[in-house]
Amino acid sequence: MNYNWHWKVLLETEPGGTGSYLHYLLVGLGWTLATALAAWVIALAIGALVGTLRTTPMKWVVRAGNLYVEIFRNVPLIVQMFLWFFVVPELLPKGLGDWIKQMPPPWGSYVPAVLCLAIFTSVRVAEQVRAGINSLPRGQRMAGTAMGLTETQTYRHVVLPQAFRIILPPLTSEFMNVIKNSSVALTIGLLELTGRARAMQEFSFRVFEAFTAATVIYLLTNLVVVLAMRALERKVRVPGLIAAGSAPQAGH
Amino acid sequence: MDSGFDFDVIQRSWVYLFREGMSFTLTLTALAMAGGIVFGTLLAMMRLSSIKPVSMVAGAYVNLMRSIPLVLVIFWFFFLVPYIGAWVIGAREPIKVGAFWSAAITFTMFEAAYYCEIMRAGIQSIPRGQVWSGYALGLDYWQTMARIVLPQAFRNMLPVLLTQTIILFQDTSLVYVISATDFLGAAAKVANRDYRLVEMYSFVAVVYFVVSYGLSALVRRLQERIAIIK
Repeated sequence: MNYNWHWKVLLETEPGGTGSYLHYLLVGLGWTLATALAAWVIALAIGALVGTLRTTPMKWVVRAGNLYVEIFRNVPLIVQMFLWFFVVPELLPKGLGDWIKQMPPPWGSYVPAVLCLAIFTSVRVAEQVRAGINSLPRGQRMAGTAMGLTETQTYRHVVLPQAFRIILPPLTSEFMNVIKNSSVALTIGLLELTGRARAMQEFSFRVFEAFTAATVIYLLTNLVVVLAMRALERKVRVPGLIAAGSAPQAGH
Repeated sequence: MDSGFDFDVIQRSWVYLFREGMSFTLTLTALAMAGGIVFGTLLAMMRLSSIKPVSMVAGAYVNLMRSIPLVLVIFWFFFLVPYIGAWVIGAREPIKVGAFWSAAITFTMFEAAYYCEIMRAGIQSIPRGQVWSGYALGLDYWQTMARIVLPQAFRNMLPVLLTQTIILFQDTSLVYVISATDFLGAAAKVANRDYRLVEMYSFVAVVYFVVSYGLSALVRRLQERIAIIK
């Protein structure tokens, strides 16, 4: 293959004049992380709530939870991105919709991207939370009731503390998925890491340098997340349980 | 934006959407599924190989693919495939590859990493005694794999493989980033031409939902049937 590598391009100034291309990509990483973290916090909150509600004996609540999960699991992420970006502002009251559409960049794409990723990820968190709760022996819940705890107290003091410690490893991989999925936000104009690698390729015509740099940055980010989460996992592991054997699951 | 929605645009364009767009999406899904499962199974066998370099190469490939976003992988292959093609046929200049074949190669290579992990779990779920009895009967590695291990692994993992394929079906919509005319791409073209983004994107979401939900319901039924037989 005759491709002339030209790595020095990373140190050349990007057309916007904000600094070198490398700096330009690292700012992109900043946006990737800012998007992923914000979405992750919201996703954890909604996912924990929906996942827990789906294990309760309340029939209608379970059904509503199932509906929520099925809707957001069966529509592709990029289509959901377009719904949040193009469709939602049109369906809101005119004043609010116009205000959203006139948000200055990058907030005009950042906010829909965060909301979209948050909801999309919350569904997957909800599934993990439900699986975690259901993996606990039934005796735990019965023991709680037998001791005179109410339903809520059983969840609060017996079920949830164990469930969350069990599902930490699958949640780690969900967190990495949010980081990766945030790249879809480039389709609504958010210049995160992949978007900036693409832009760099268009400005400088250095295709493979741009994508290699982005790939390396993603790999390093992954490494940091994995190491940090492993340390956390060691800390919160439930003593006596073998590392929660996760069943093989489809994913992306 | 004028008030009121015009859902006529769907009636005017649905033939185009399905004939051009959906057929692209479905062909791509089918090709990538077939290629991905074959390549993924080979990768899984490599990962479980007792020859260190072989398992390391497969492991590195799978981990690399699973660590970077699909959008980035699509860009990579979109620019890389012309060079690889030129290298394969010995041409001087990068060859021209259409969006479809570029996408087909991308999704095969990318999904193989995910199918690999599923097949690896499937192979590992087979009791070791099965392999030993294969060898005891005088079968070699390939015969044991092809006749004893893989058929069982495949069957045990069928629901997960199919669920992964539904995800693949949804993921193919990301070829939007290389301007391919898949279902979403076709809808986006009509949406931008007629300025009917709300109607078209809502319609796209509904169609994807119906197909994915229907398929997952089928997979759930299959899972129950397999579980009973087992």
